[in-house]
Amino acid sequence: MSTIIALIPAIPFLSFLILALFGHKLSRKIAGIIGAGSIGLIATLTFIIAVGFFRSLPEIKSYSVNVWEWINAGNLKVDISFSLDALSLVFCFVITFVGFLIHVYSIEFMAKDEGFTRFFAYMNLFIGSMLVLVLADNILLMYLGWEGVGLCSYLLIGFWYKEPGNGYAARKAFIITRIGDTAMIIGIFILFLNFGTVNITELMQHVSEKWVTGSSIAVLTSALLLGGALGKSAQLPLQTWLPDAMAGPSPVSALIHAATMVTAGVYLIARTHVLFSLAPVVQSAIAIIGALTLLIAGFSALAQHDLKRILAYSTISQIGYMFLALGVGAWSAAVFHFMIHAFFKALLFLGAGIVILVLDEEHDIFKMGGLRKKMPVVFYTFLIGSASLSALPLVTAGFYSKDQILWYSFSSQSGSTMLWLAGIIGALLTALYSFRMIFITFYGEAKTEPSFIPGKLMTVPLIILAVLSLFGGFIELPASIGNIHLFSNLVDNTLPVIVTKPGKGNELLFQTLSAIIALSGIYIAYFIYFKKPSLSEPYSRSRINKFFEEGWGFDKLYDTFFVKPVVWLSVIDKNDFFDLWNIGLARLALLFNRVLSRTQNGKMRWYLLSFAIGIAIILTYMLSK
Amino acid sequence: MILIYLIVILLAGAFLAWITGKQNPVRPRIISLVALSIDLIIIILYVLQSTPSNKDWLIDIKLDWIPAFGISLHLALDGLSLVMLILTFFLGIISVIISWKEINSKVGFFHFNLLLILAGITGVFLSLDLFLFYFFWELMLVPMYFLIGIWGHENRTAASNKFFLYTQASGLLMFISIIALYFIHVHSTGVYTFDYLQLLGTAMPSSTGMMIMLGFLAAFLVKLPVVPLHNWLPDAHTEAPTAGSLILAALLLKTGAYGLLRFIVPLFPSESVVFAPIGMLLGVVGILYGAKLAFAQTDLKRLVAYTSVSHMGFVILGVFSFNELAYQGVVIQMIAHGISTGALFVLVGQLYERIHTRDINKMGGLWEKAPVMGAVGLIFSMASLGLPGLGNFIAELLILIGAFKANVLMSCLASLGLIAATIYSLRIVQKVFLGKANTDWKMNDLTLREKIVSASLVIAIVWLGLFPRPVLNTAKPALLKTLNKQKEITFHDRIITNKINIVKNLLLFSEIEKKD
Repeated sequence: MSTIIALIPAIPFLSFLILALFGHKLSRKIAGIIGAGSIGLIATLTFIIAVGFFRSLPEIKSYSVNVWEWINAGNLKVDISFSLDALSLVFCFVITFVGFLIHVYSIEFMAKDEGFTRFFAYMNLFIGSMLVLVLADNILLMYLGWEGVGLCSYLLIGFWYKEPGNGYAARKAFIITRIGDTAMIIGIFILFLNFGTVNITELMQHVSEKWVTGSSIAVLTSALLLGGALGKSAQLPLQTWLPDAMAGPSPVSALIHAATMVTAGVYLIARTHVLFSLAPVVQSAIAIIGALTLLIAGFSALAQHDLKRILAYSTISQIGYMFLALGVGAWSAAVFHFMIHAFFKALLFLGAGIVILVLDEEHDIFKMGGLRKKMPVVFYTFLIGSASLSALPLVTAGFYSKDQILWYSFSSQSGSTMLWLAGIIGALLTALYSFRMIFITFYGEAKTEPSFIPGKLMTVPLIILAVLSLFGGFIELPASIGNIHLFSNLVDNTLPVIVTKPGKGNELLFQTLSAIIALSGIYIAYFIYFKKPSLSEPYSRSRINKFFEEGWGFDKLYDTFFVKPVVWLSVIDKNDFFDLWNIGLARLALLFNRVLSRTQNGKMRWYLLSFAIGIAIILTYMLSK
Repeated sequence: MILIYLIVILLAGAFLAWITGKQNPVRPRIISLVALSIDLIIIILYVLQSTPSNKDWLIDIKLDWIPAFGISLHLALDGLSLVMLILTFFLGIISVIISWKEINSKVGFFHFNLLLILAGITGVFLSLDLFLFYFFWELMLVPMYFLIGIWGHENRTAASNKFFLYTQASGLLMFISIIALYFIHVHSTGVYTFDYLQLLGTAMPSSTGMMIMLGFLAAFLVKLPVVPLHNWLPDAHTEAPTAGSLILAALLLKTGAYGLLRFIVPLFPSESVVFAPIGMLLGVVGILYGAKLAFAQTDLKRLVAYTSVSHMGFVILGVFSFNELAYQGVVIQMIAHGISTGALFVLVGQLYERIHTRDINKMGGLWEKAPVMGAVGLIFSMASLGLPGLGNFIAELLILIGAFKANVLMSCLASLGLIAATIYSLRIVQKVFLGKANTDWKMNDLTLREKIVSASLVIAIVWLGLFPRPVLNTAKPALLKTLNKQKEITFHDRIITNKINIVKNLLLFSEIEKKD
């Protein structure tokens, strides 16, 4: 049982190697089978492991396996070893299962692309790295996975490399996340130097025993780790890379920049929750960052014209919800929303991918329209995805996952009315932009004709994801409705139970309120974007909307304060001003050479004069003594 | 005797290559290849049959050379030199293979110089007699001067002069220090000797010790190189033929790092502690300034050259951190940088052979024409930015943790180098392989010979990144030996260590210590 865990990341690495080394000799069909089949295989393995895991609960709460000793220097001992508990199991499930669906979809989506095998090689490498990230039992191996997914993200954003803009977006993503990662690695140094281990379980044990709540070292360390999480999960202030990351193929956006990699920050914080709970300041900061991010990104999503950019901002905003949940200590709610979000956001990106593909790379929603009748499968699944995203009450999974977060942002011990308010405004925004997208893209008159109808390999994954986006929520129902806690019971084996305030309000009241907000959001969207578009036009053309569309000016800000100075510095000192010393020395030598060689002019008079002056000086010196 | 054979085989190969090269250009290539392979095989066989022991030196051989002056032929091998030798012969073989087609004039003399340099490097890594050490140190210099000056690119003369002047001047300072140390030792003990083991622990006033150490430092820091003494490097690397750049970056620079570990720290234990804050600062400045300059370059070879300045900054930062983690990191960095930067120079050479330019503004979009080359470039750019899974990550990780122990601020500043490295490394990939093709070059992908070279380098860097243990274990006793020597002597020097602790306490650790 334990040894199978090591196979989960190993198989995609193996298929990556096969595709990378022999890809050019393989036919597309075989490359597709290897690429998607390997992920299917590990999805099955994950399922088998999950069954075993459930059976052995609650006696055994984690499995681990040691593969080989990686580093052994001084007192630093790091193994390549994996461990699986409830938290990593949830992540593994999403990565392998959603990953498999996206791989299958990609076989058709990428069928005509010249980089077909390269694409699957990168995708497999990504899955492997992501699994290392969530299965690593020590924080350095986790960092290996962490950087590995960063690399794959870079490679896949810039997959169509001939377009310089894609390369720019790819580098932006890599560099911005690396800034966060550097903070994170310093945090890892502090943890290791204080406790002499990098094993996460041992570290958390030591942390809880030896560090005091609120002590500055706990605050500093958790803040540094948070830096890494903010970068990867595209949260304020490191969120600017994600909208540009949409330059990659749509399956990439679905898998990496929506369902899995961008939630790595959520995983990191949940994994090291012991440390974060010792730093209440940092935890409140997480909640506030989450709340601000979800609002800022929500407004930006409402202002976009590019279908994928709407979804990108929506992703930032939804991860903001997860951070909000983490910040108020609602660990399992954050992980639950991660899972449900993976379903519906992957669905939306895959749907958007089809729409863009059949409309010949048209990204602007205002040039689409009327697709409802022409592509019913895509429309209905997309509708389900949007409904789940907008948390349509009772019937969608998104409702149950988001509702939990909203509830705990108010009722948990560190919750507050302000946080709840931010969440509920965000919920209104979410419903608005989701259905703005639906009404403009799928309703009205057709502005561009679809060039072909998507085949089964693309539509079946959509249908499966749509089913999950609807019914996935039923494994966790609030006490007021149904009271089922399958998910939190599972996750509570790893994460602490949420502590709520005494004398909290009535949960049902809050749920009704958020249900009304979601419904009215959808209605408003219907009214101002479909029924009477003239109502929304003044706002769409307003300056403030333009400001939101450009992501609140963060790009400009960073450009002025970071990019331009660095470029300026390298332009003025390209030739390395230390070299001036050498040049100066050489010139000085030349000067002496010229001056002295002029004295060698062969004229007797000149030599005699020099003699005379010399004698005169020497005599004067001697006599004056 | 095995150690003498290693050097003699290279010297014999050198002369043989020169002589035979007059009739047939292929023979010197084969002779060099054979000589280096024999050396590599000898050392690998030695590793395989040797049993782990706790001796200070795995092999130690001492023959008289000029007994009147106390000069001996003292060669010794420990884990550190063993690791460096394997790197030397491995990259030596690579440098012969990559020159196979590139060098077509005076082939015999080229290989004569190449093997002479490698013999010098081998000698440097093995000498335990300071006079002998200086002899080998100079032996590396002259043939390298010829290598750059004869087979180099356009501005080769200026570059080789600059290289010669910098290295020679700093080498002379070291020689003065060696002589001074020799006479101080004579003065206090009456024994005339250049022997390293006997000179260790020579008693002298600390101001004298400082002066003598600075002489040694001059040679090593110029070789490393350290900002602001680095200006010979970009020119020399850029103008040298590919094999020359490879040897310069991958091996010659390492002799500076080796010198720091082998001579500075054990010979001047307390003086080096005083110098440590400056040393670490120089390291950080090198890391960041080198990276900044690398980012600014448009000549690909010059760009890679500046990345060396940046990566060698980590070495000096690690050396002056005085702990095992950092030292292990330094050893891995020497090897990883040797392989990865060597590989990048090989890549630049391959590109130059095809499109006859090093200007990255004329490249772009080459992935389409040469995907294998692109993949190799990508892997080594990733190595350069410290991607986990590749050797450089292990090195930089260990150095940064070790430095963090010694000086929090310096380590944090050095960590910024990881971001800087990302910026310039991605620029390489983008400008050369991705984007639109700026010129429609007619070029083919790697040939079989080139693929073998690149593949072996790729395997080496991945192996080092995933299984660094053999290297770590081999070098460990030698590093502990160095550190223990240092600790023994500075143990009583509480004031100095306290000074270092102040920074540490101020920043972070005060809190933990209070609790204890």
